[in-house]
Amino acid sequence: MTDLAWIDAALTSARPQALGALLRYFRDLDTAEEAYQNACLRALRTWPQNGPPRDATAWLILVARNSGIDDARRRGKQQALPPDEAISDIDDAESELAERLDGSHYRDDILRLLFICCHPDLQPTQQIALALRIVSGLGLKQIARAFLVSEAAMEQRITRAKAAVAKAGVPFETPGAVERSERLAAVAAMIYLIFNEGYSASGEAIGSRTPLCDEAIRLARLLLRLFAAEPEIMGLLSLMLLQHARVAARYDADGGIVLLDDQDRGRWNRQMIAEGMALIDKAMRHRRSGPYQVQAAIAALHSGAAHPGETDWTQIELLYRTLEVQQPSPVVTLNRAVAVSKVQGPQAALDLIAPLGRRLDGYFNYHGVRGALLLQLGRTREAHEAFDRAIALAGTTAEAAHIRMHIDRLMADCTAATTAPGLK
Amino acid sequence: MLYAILCYHDEDTVGSWSREHEDAVMAKLAVVQEKFDAQGRLGPVARLLPTTAATTLRKDGDPPLVIDGPFAETKEQLLGFYIIEATGLDDALEAARELGRANPGGSYEIRPVGLFRPGSVAT
Repeated sequence: MTDLAWIDAALTSARPQALGALLRYFRDLDTAEEAYQNACLRALRTWPQNGPPRDATAWLILVARNSGIDDARRRGKQQALPPDEAISDIDDAESELAERLDGSHYRDDILRLLFICCHPDLQPTQQIALALRIVSGLGLKQIARAFLVSEAAMEQRITRAKAAVAKAGVPFETPGAVERSERLAAVAAMIYLIFNEGYSASGEAIGSRTPLCDEAIRLARLLLRLFAAEPEIMGLLSLMLLQHARVAARYDADGGIVLLDDQDRGRWNRQMIAEGMALIDKAMRHRRSGPYQVQAAIAALHSGAAHPGETDWTQIELLYRTLEVQQPSPVVTLNRAVAVSKVQGPQAALDLIAPLGRRLDGYFNYHGVRGALLLQLGRTREAHEAFDRAIALAGTTAEAAHIRMHIDRLMADCTAATTAPGLK
Repeated sequence: MLYAILCYHDEDTVGSWSREHEDAVMAKLAVVQEKFDAQGRLGPVARLLPTTAATTLRKDGDPPLVIDGPFAETKEQLLGFYIIEATGLDDALEAARELGRANPGGSYEIRPVGLFRPGSVAT
């Protein structure tokens, strides 16, 4: 491994904790970021020669803090910065600081840092952009590419988000138990948003957006390390691992999405599945169910089936019932209908989704599922109408082409017993 | 004599490796392991899932207490281990150095093995 690769990984992994501590110290996001940036530059200069410090995070916090204080002084008195050598011998101070870092502070530091990124005044896209910039330290160029906007537009979006956060005020007091769990829930939702930005990519956007899934998983691991006994955080991490494990099988050569039933299961990432299964297993021991755990359990049932035919649809249907109670939404009911069609047949599923028509009329997947169910019942003309509607509503031409391909195949083998389109 | 080489590293850092870097490290390690294997001195090798997947059973109470997370909160975590045959400590250290050149960073703890049963798990 080259020195630079090691340093890069160390700087990335230290960032949330270091920035969280600096934010508590300086109480200003820009100052904290600039100070951390300076510390990283010094690390790149001195670590290759002096070797890595024993505690990289403590080193970075200390150096960044000194640099921030120096900057403030310089602005005040025009005083010169101390040379690099003056701060290279900080061993004693480092261990003393590391001692203090092991305390309870840093848990809340990182949570606060993540929490200010999901301030309710911010739009979801602003939340994601801010978190990727501040917490993950991704470059503007990379974030802009993932959102298909120019760097200038992304910079403006982040600047606006920062201004909104500064105006709203950052909560610095140590949170109470209730507030902490509210913050945790908001942060979990934001992490899942990041994941879905990556997961929903198709076509040309796959290359630039799939890394967002890895980043979301990294953030969830970080969060779970801090809150080791939170079953919903275990559920969130499990859900993302189980979904992301399919990434190599989820796209065809043109970047179109391959449905679950059609995926080459040999290309699923077994290690990620093992970790996801272990986590949902752990979470369920707590007997405190929640939407992430239920969704992870559904994903786990899909992952555990060697062939689509082995899928335990009865159990999946029950889990969707639970999810409907915990998080009522017509889309959840639509997903349950797919499970119902596998267990009780197409008519029962069709009856279930009939009342959703008004609310989901603009959702292409609703018409896709409905069309497939009608086709299974031999109501070909109605099925065609539903499919045409789905194609008309598809967001992209790739999506429309994909639906059309799927329909062609359904039509081809509709004489045999067919299946409804599965979940992605 | 059998030795366990216990691998410790900051799992946050390892988790921040890029996929290319991860693949490169695993490929380099595979070369060293194949060499040991060909020499007939490589025992079981395990890479552990992250400590977030760990559960600890504290046996000092009755009933034992189940705790989420690893046994100890440490700066570097136990991420895996090798069992190797070596003529003595110098030889075991040399094997560890060779693995370390393929995968720098973190530490290896070299521990002589007292009892070894290969077990019956099929891999």
